[in-house]
Amino acid sequence: MLDQIVFYFFAALAVISALLVVTRRNVVQSAIFLITALLATAGIFLQLHAEFLFIVQVILYAGGIMVLFVFVIMLINLDVSIHQVQFNRQWWLGLLLALVLGAQLILAVALGRSGLPLGEPAPATALEPSTQLVGRVLFNEYMLPFEIASILLLVAMIGAVVMAKKKV
Amino acid sequence: MQALINFVISIWVPLVCALVIVAVLPLAAGYIVLMERKVMADMQARLGPMRVGPHGLLQPIADAVKLLLKEDIIPEEADKGIFWIAPLISVTAGMLAMSALAIGPWFQVADLNIGLLFVVGIGALGIFGIVLGGWSSNSHYSLLGALRSAAQLVSYETAAGMAIVGALLLAGTLSIREIIEAQEDYRVWFVFASPVGFFIYVVASIAETNRAPFDLPEAESELVAGYMTEYSGFRWALYFLAEYTNMVVVASIATTLFLGGWLRPFAGSRAFDFLDYLPSVMMLGVAGYCFYRAPKQPVKIQQMVLAAVGASFILVAGILAAPLLAPAGSMLASAKAGLHGAFWFLLKVVLYLYLFMWLRFTFPRYRFDQLMRLGWQFLIPLSIVNVMGIGLALVLHRQLGWSHWTAFPLTTILTLAVAGMLGSAGAKKDKEHAIVGEEA
Repeated sequence: MLDQIVFYFFAALAVISALLVVTRRNVVQSAIFLITALLATAGIFLQLHAEFLFIVQVILYAGGIMVLFVFVIMLINLDVSIHQVQFNRQWWLGLLLALVLGAQLILAVALGRSGLPLGEPAPATALEPSTQLVGRVLFNEYMLPFEIASILLLVAMIGAVVMAKKKV
Repeated sequence: MQALINFVISIWVPLVCALVIVAVLPLAAGYIVLMERKVMADMQARLGPMRVGPHGLLQPIADAVKLLLKEDIIPEEADKGIFWIAPLISVTAGMLAMSALAIGPWFQVADLNIGLLFVVGIGALGIFGIVLGGWSSNSHYSLLGALRSAAQLVSYETAAGMAIVGALLLAGTLSIREIIEAQEDYRVWFVFASPVGFFIYVVASIAETNRAPFDLPEAESELVAGYMTEYSGFRWALYFLAEYTNMVVVASIATTLFLGGWLRPFAGSRAFDFLDYLPSVMMLGVAGYCFYRAPKQPVKIQQMVLAAVGASFILVAGILAAPLLAPAGSMLASAKAGLHGAFWFLLKVVLYLYLFMWLRFTFPRYRFDQLMRLGWQFLIPLSIVNVMGIGLALVLHRQLGWSHWTAFPLTTILTLAVAGMLGSAGAKKDKEHAIVGEEA
């Protein structure tokens, strides 16, 4: 019962703030609501006893990426975006696509519901600490993809530095 | 019956701990401010606050009343909602971070298995309060302060994080409790196994809490008061509370990771058991000083207040001594872990804060480009080398069977050699910059 209340609270918070992100005209307010949405998602992770995912979400998205977002937004002239028209003339096409996607999702869930076996959830007390689990899997089974992803990020970082610097 | 007791303990102990944190932290912050002013006065050969209460002991309360009664001004052109909520974000983040820390083995809201990551991650959210407050004030000084603060935090968070990773490699866990127990098993605090990591964390934590010599976000000679220029009264006090809460948080992290948390010095060795009496003796010493100074106060009421303070210190000394004098195995004797743990933890936190103040009043403020160069070109490479050095030491110790006493000093010397190379390269570059500057 309490679980459900907590879940619906975080879910509603995430959905409402996600909506506000796109409807607010002030970019800083949008950024604040994006932070709220990310934190609400982190709350859902925490409720599922995925503590490691929760804290990674908070540190990386809310604490890292969003700080840089806000940092950049503060340097932008806000008056321009406030006076811009937010909707363009193809809104009906967007609506149509959204409806199609929604119908597809509902159809997929409705059709797959019977064929999709959901395992019994393990009791929360019997779970291993998720940090150790994630670490073990990352550094044993998925060692190579993990390292390749790191190199990819390194390449992207060096590329950004080279492009940003006038004289190397 | 046992089940009921366990239930009550599992619900009420965290709740009471959380309430104590929320209630005591503002008061503690006030007294840290007083301590800072007294330390500053001492270093500048002055007396510091002396008027309110004996030796200025009631000054924090007078300050708090003044701040609460001051008018709360919101600038006309400010973004009111964000201006209103920004200080709250900072304070909430700091207090939440405190909740996962353990002040002694008994006093902890929750022992999370991601404990340390939680403290670091939630604590870092406080930057939003600073950035949003600076932006919403609609003032150039505030905005520049906020920008500097964000850039500084992003730069030094990396170095602090890598320093923490080094200590975590030694502990092998993220849980606050288990980190301290790991130091008990090693028989040595991690500051001795990884002194370079501790140094990096000290420097990075000063920069993260925006304190001198890295207090550029609120540099009064350049930016009036930085991000809090437009704030007044209670909201300004909230920013101050957040800053001092963050200081306590980073001091607690350093104490937990590097200084053995609630452990007594030489916790593993019976020969040093006499140190158990040190807390009571220290408290009695403070009480004795209070009684010595009391008759010399100019006003009657101040004499009484100082005597009362001395009496309460005697009471604390008695509480700390009681478990030692009680017969072994009794309930009172088992209270020793909790009481003495809290004492040692708080003592280390206060000493770490004293180090902060000492640095603040000794070093001149860095320039912003110097700050960035120190962070990116010295501390971050050094912290990466430090992590590799600790990894090497652990391999030598665990796989090849070297003893602690050879593996850790060897890798520390290697890391220090790299630090020397980085430092001399930086100095060379500085010289080149200086020459270019002269020609221009």
